[in-house]
Amino acid sequence: MTSMARGSRSRQQQIRIHGGHVIDPANGVDAVTDVYVARGRIAGLGAAPEGFTADVEIDAGGCVICPGLVDLAAALREPGQEHKATIASETRAAAGGGITTLCCAPDTTPVIDTPAVVELIRQRAAHTGKARVVTLGALTRNLDGEQLSEMAALRKAGCVGVSNATRPMLNSLVLRRALEYAATFDLTVFLHPIDHALANEGCAHEGRVSTRMGLPAIPEAAETAAVAHLLALIEQIGVRAHFCRLTTGRAARMIARARYDGVPVTADVAVPYLYLSENDISDFDSECHVLPPFRTVEDREQLRNAVRNGTIQVICSDHQPHEPDAKMGPFPSTRPGISGLDSLLPLSLRLVDDELLDLPELIRRLTVAPAQILGLPGGTLSTGASADICIFDPAQTWLLDHASLRSQGHNTPFIGWEMKGRVVHTLLEGRLVHSLRP
Amino acid sequence: MKGTNLQIDSQGRLRHFLTISGLNRQLLTEILDTAESFAGITEQTVKKVPLLRGKTIVNLFFEASTRTRTTFELAAKRLSADVLNINITQSSTTKGETLLDTLRNIEAMHVDMFVVRHGESGAAHFIASHVAPHTSVINAGDGRHSHPTQAMLDMFTIRRAKGPDFGRLRVAIVGDVLHSRVARSQIHALNLLNTGEVRIVAPGTLVPAFAESLGVKVFHDLHAGIRDVDVIMMLRLQHERMKGALLPSEHEYYELFGLTEKKIANASPDAIVMHPGPINRGVEMDSEVADGPRSVILQQVTHGIAVRMAVMSMAMRSKQDGND
Repeated sequence: MTSMARGSRSRQQQIRIHGGHVIDPANGVDAVTDVYVARGRIAGLGAAPEGFTADVEIDAGGCVICPGLVDLAAALREPGQEHKATIASETRAAAGGGITTLCCAPDTTPVIDTPAVVELIRQRAAHTGKARVVTLGALTRNLDGEQLSEMAALRKAGCVGVSNATRPMLNSLVLRRALEYAATFDLTVFLHPIDHALANEGCAHEGRVSTRMGLPAIPEAAETAAVAHLLALIEQIGVRAHFCRLTTGRAARMIARARYDGVPVTADVAVPYLYLSENDISDFDSECHVLPPFRTVEDREQLRNAVRNGTIQVICSDHQPHEPDAKMGPFPSTRPGISGLDSLLPLSLRLVDDELLDLPELIRRLTVAPAQILGLPGGTLSTGASADICIFDPAQTWLLDHASLRSQGHNTPFIGWEMKGRVVHTLLEGRLVHSLRP
Repeated sequence: MKGTNLQIDSQGRLRHFLTISGLNRQLLTEILDTAESFAGITEQTVKKVPLLRGKTIVNLFFEASTRTRTTFELAAKRLSADVLNINITQSSTTKGETLLDTLRNIEAMHVDMFVVRHGESGAAHFIASHVAPHTSVINAGDGRHSHPTQAMLDMFTIRRAKGPDFGRLRVAIVGDVLHSRVARSQIHALNLLNTGEVRIVAPGTLVPAFAESLGVKVFHDLHAGIRDVDVIMMLRLQHERMKGALLPSEHEYYELFGLTEKKIANASPDAIVMHPGPINRGVEMDSEVADGPRSVILQQVTHGIAVRMAVMSMAMRSKQDGND
């Protein structure tokens, strides 16, 4: 990761960011102060470090200065589906959205089950240099759910954890062995709680809306049964586990109970699930075709509550860019997923307006909390930390439309929404990778 | 996509016919009244009217169908339209050609109306939201979602048998409601026409989640479910339901939910029996019922032509008087 942008001239630049409201949840900083960057790292906050002379001054008046966002779930489509998006296009979009670290799931083509694929992604990311890309290795070979992957090799190659993405495991025994093997190498396992038999290739939440529309449906139990099943194994094995993309209130309560009982599991939610529900598919709107599906309004409120009370520690984009054709067709035959990098920060900021979280706490959920789950040192403005910085104007409003989208994937149901909060500058390792102001 | 209002033009008239949901009672009644006027024509020796002369209607069927396609074809011909039947089953679909490509190609031949049947819910909405402004779309069945002309011919049949006041009627829909587009459309139509009571009768595996939210009472016992009802609407049971662990056997289904003369005794004395066809004799009902005095199953087929003529002519009229 540190090889990124090696030799870049701007890396040597000393930068003073002044006049901004610095929020660094890891260090409890919440004040108007200056930030100093030197040699790609945070040189200090407040008074200038000894002998510091700024090559570049960034005026952050009226803006919030916070650690660069860490997105736990972004499909970059490379390798394998470059017609949807590329590492170059999506890291550029990430930079525009204040995101400096992206975590990519192993369901690329080929699957991330060998060090060669890890290395390929690392090199592509280093080449474009707009965001740091970290990878999850496959839990099983080719994600087939049958044979263990070479997890030790994947860890050595730099994978920050292992996952079977949204693919099923053959049976509970393979799952048990995989979790045990991952625990051997102190790897965090990222688990998508989906009982595939119960999901039965559905495309909508099993509820009033799917019943009216006659859509093949996925019951709540496809998630809760999987959570219960996984928790039983996690608790027995003692593996470090993270639950990816909770969608039901009941699953969130099960996680809360497990945490209360001392099982150290963590969980995340994708930000669209905090705003949309099953009702939003009622016009067969394929932009709202996501998997797992949007659940009920009650689930949405309970997920928000779980974010508020800390049962869900992290908010992610679950970025899944698609080409336009992927969303053109009868609802069940369209591809699921939302392009989310552009809207992660502004949608999350609405939670502050909704008084669900205060701003420092929200920023924690987007920076240091996901960094900790990934075992990364980032997500802070500590002196000596990599200078990954997001500077955004919290008051500026803008319209999310096709012109403003930076991701190659324009598949989002938030087209036409007014967004509040605009990223003005993004720094990655002390380099400006995005700037709205010259 | 613009939702169910897609099917209504700015003057509140039918532009496409995609689903019963989102329409109002007045419009349903208009369809039934218009069908009544066409029913007279179909009983005459010269069965043609020149309403759609010079218009081109394409029956675009992505799923096999004989009855529905034939009655649509006959309806179009009796309105003097030119009809083209295109059957695109899964196997013959050119790999890679999207539904939209198929549509655009046919549309380039200056088609005035598509009659579409497709295996996926929402297909008719998708097509309607992508056709040229001068083209109407009639849904001839999409996935499990909707089959509105079937529901309207059923309403027509009920109205002819029982009179226009649906408020005093009890109606039971029996069978695989979960997978049935026919049942969904029937339920919407019956409720819009203020039917006194709408029931569904099926084992738990064939009842959709939150079925009551559709405006029905759920029964798991045929005996209780058809007690005192005026109309029994049977649904077709697909053979593949045995494979998906939804039912143990056709035999047990017939024992519990198959309609027999003996079981009908529990219904109102003048109850009618309906079925959208094709019937699995000895599964949904026995032959004695299907061919018996209460059966209006063949009338349903006849009425299908008049109802489809009504819907086609109304949709075509909307755009003729409209802005183009």
